[in-house]
Amino acid sequence: MPKWAMVIDLDKCTGCGACSVACKMENNIPIVDPEEARNGRAMVWMDMMTTVEGDYPNTHVKRVPKPCFHCDDPPCTLVCPVGATYRNPEGLVAQIYHRCIGCRYCMAACPFTAKSFNWYDPKWIEGASDVGNPDVSRRMVGVVEKCSFCSHRLQKVKENADIEDRQIRDGEYVPACLESCPADAIVFGDIENRDSDVSRLSRSYRVYRYGEDLGVKPKVYYLARRTGS
Amino acid sequence: MKAKPTAAQDRDEALFRPIYETGTGFYVAFGILGIIFLWALYMYVTQVWFGLGLTGMNQPVTWGFYIVNFVFFIGISHAGTLISAILRLSKAEWRRPITRMAEVITAIVLAIGGLHPILDLGRPDRMLNLFTAGRLQSPLLWDVTSITAYFTASTVYLYLPMIPDIARIRDRGGKLTWLYSIMAWGWTGTEHQQRVLNRAINILMIMVIPIAISVHTVISYIFSMTLQPGWHSTIFGPYFVVGAIFSGIAALMIVMIAFRRAYHLEEYLKEIHFRYLSTLLLIMSIIWFYFTFSEYLTGVFGAEPHEMHIIMYKFTGPFAFYFWGMVLCNFVLPLIILSFRRLRTIKGMFIASVAVVIGMWLERLIIVVPSLANPRLDLPAGIYVPTILEWALFAGGISAFVMGFMLFSKFFPLISIWEIEEGRTHGLKEVEERIHSYLPGRGATSS
Repeated sequence: MPKWAMVIDLDKCTGCGACSVACKMENNIPIVDPEEARNGRAMVWMDMMTTVEGDYPNTHVKRVPKPCFHCDDPPCTLVCPVGATYRNPEGLVAQIYHRCIGCRYCMAACPFTAKSFNWYDPKWIEGASDVGNPDVSRRMVGVVEKCSFCSHRLQKVKENADIEDRQIRDGEYVPACLESCPADAIVFGDIENRDSDVSRLSRSYRVYRYGEDLGVKPKVYYLARRTGS
Repeated sequence: MKAKPTAAQDRDEALFRPIYETGTGFYVAFGILGIIFLWALYMYVTQVWFGLGLTGMNQPVTWGFYIVNFVFFIGISHAGTLISAILRLSKAEWRRPITRMAEVITAIVLAIGGLHPILDLGRPDRMLNLFTAGRLQSPLLWDVTSITAYFTASTVYLYLPMIPDIARIRDRGGKLTWLYSIMAWGWTGTEHQQRVLNRAINILMIMVIPIAISVHTVISYIFSMTLQPGWHSTIFGPYFVVGAIFSGIAALMIVMIAFRRAYHLEEYLKEIHFRYLSTLLLIMSIIWFYFTFSEYLTGVFGAEPHEMHIIMYKFTGPFAFYFWGMVLCNFVLPLIILSFRRLRTIKGMFIASVAVVIGMWLERLIIVVPSLANPRLDLPAGIYVPTILEWALFAGGISAFVMGFMLFSKFFPLISIWEIEEGRTHGLKEVEERIHSYLPGRGATSS
């Protein structure tokens, strides 16, 4: 069974936010009013963590793309009262929107604040409401959602591989954020396959993960910036 | 009309009076509370219609007033059954006029508090998923289980000791005789019936104590089972239980003082009862402080960065006002008022109790919000400002409690009449014998 993982090279990342936008379009993520967004209701699956380091005038803006980390021991699935969020055999932490009762316990339990909640009935840009991605189901008011590693793409890739009776090739299943990244900073693939790019990069000396000390085993690896930048 | 009121019943006539006589004050108060309640109901309908966006909750503060009030109300509910069971178990004779009120508080507040998680749901229409797809591994399910068990046990525990009193009202005739005769279950007060009733009460009283403790422990588990700094603490179970009993006693004293005044029960609820209860309150205040001190000292001494961040957020950050307000209300004020005999008047005790209830509410607030507002990663801190909707539901919850209590007082006596009588007929002799049996000499006179 493959285990899907992501590597984000912060040395290559320019912080442009294209991944965030692509994710939003790919997954039919509702648009939130600017005012609501300022009140903390913005819905993003691929968040850009922005911090300013250093003191003026020697400041440095650090931007880190943050999807759901798809932990191998996810704290969020442990607490769900109805099993609406669960870890599937391929290691993807999935959401069942039609079962979720909206208690938001998984959001409270997630150490990485990776989940979003539909505070209102979802809205789309005028005229764009019927041109969304047909592969991704739309969510309803009152449920929790989050990055799925574009698991709908995995379905397609699996079907093709099944028809041609072969294994899924490295780089065949990729999420939308990776495709849109102009700097090729995101790498995605099966980490169990030692020949894959992800596996190779995850053994880099530059690698770190958020929340490693919590024992949740996140599957998003970051390659640290080389010094001097 | 079966029998004329006996002499003993006449003696306790004051306890029956509220059932038959209702003043205008009652209707006015009930009307105002009813309007508040309807307003809250309307606000809740708008929330269900438009979504939880109408509340002040956001990301990362995904829980707000509803969860705070949930923990708070369930805490208040520990007033009753637990205190009444402990007093009964320890054969405290002064319990007699108190137990009924305590048990009523439990039943009503538990029903209100137990509904709060449903107010918090984004999809209340899918509530029943808990039964079709429930995962017993989730602390939320533990909660559902233990609160249901507690509610069942405490309503039965309220009802059983009420049977002889209901029979008394039935025998007096007047209003709703059919209802009382159903509820009295054919009680005539034979020796056999009394023995069975006492046994049932004894069994329930022992059962209710572990259930009550489990309820608040499990509520703390909702928080402590997560990895969040400020929540992930082993002390949370007992800490919550202590806080629950603490706020419970305070709420009980407020209710007792209010209804003593409204129904002129000074004959029954004497100052001595309040003094004993306030001693309990003082002890709980000190225990509460001990737990709080241990909890925060451990955090500060270890100084784990995330933990420390949350603690400083409470000590000196945006929540400093609430934190020190909590310390003032829960420890400083009760300690000062209840330690000095001069300040320990009914009025003083009332102030201390109100302070404790406010302080315990603040404690729930500073447990729930700061841990959520400060994400572990480098994300902006969240701000939580409750909207009018959340305040409305808070006010609605409180008015529902007062209304429930007022309604109860119009149908059943607030003070257990037969237990008072039992105190007069059996209690006096029993206590004397008991004390003799403690003393040297005279051998074993009683069992």
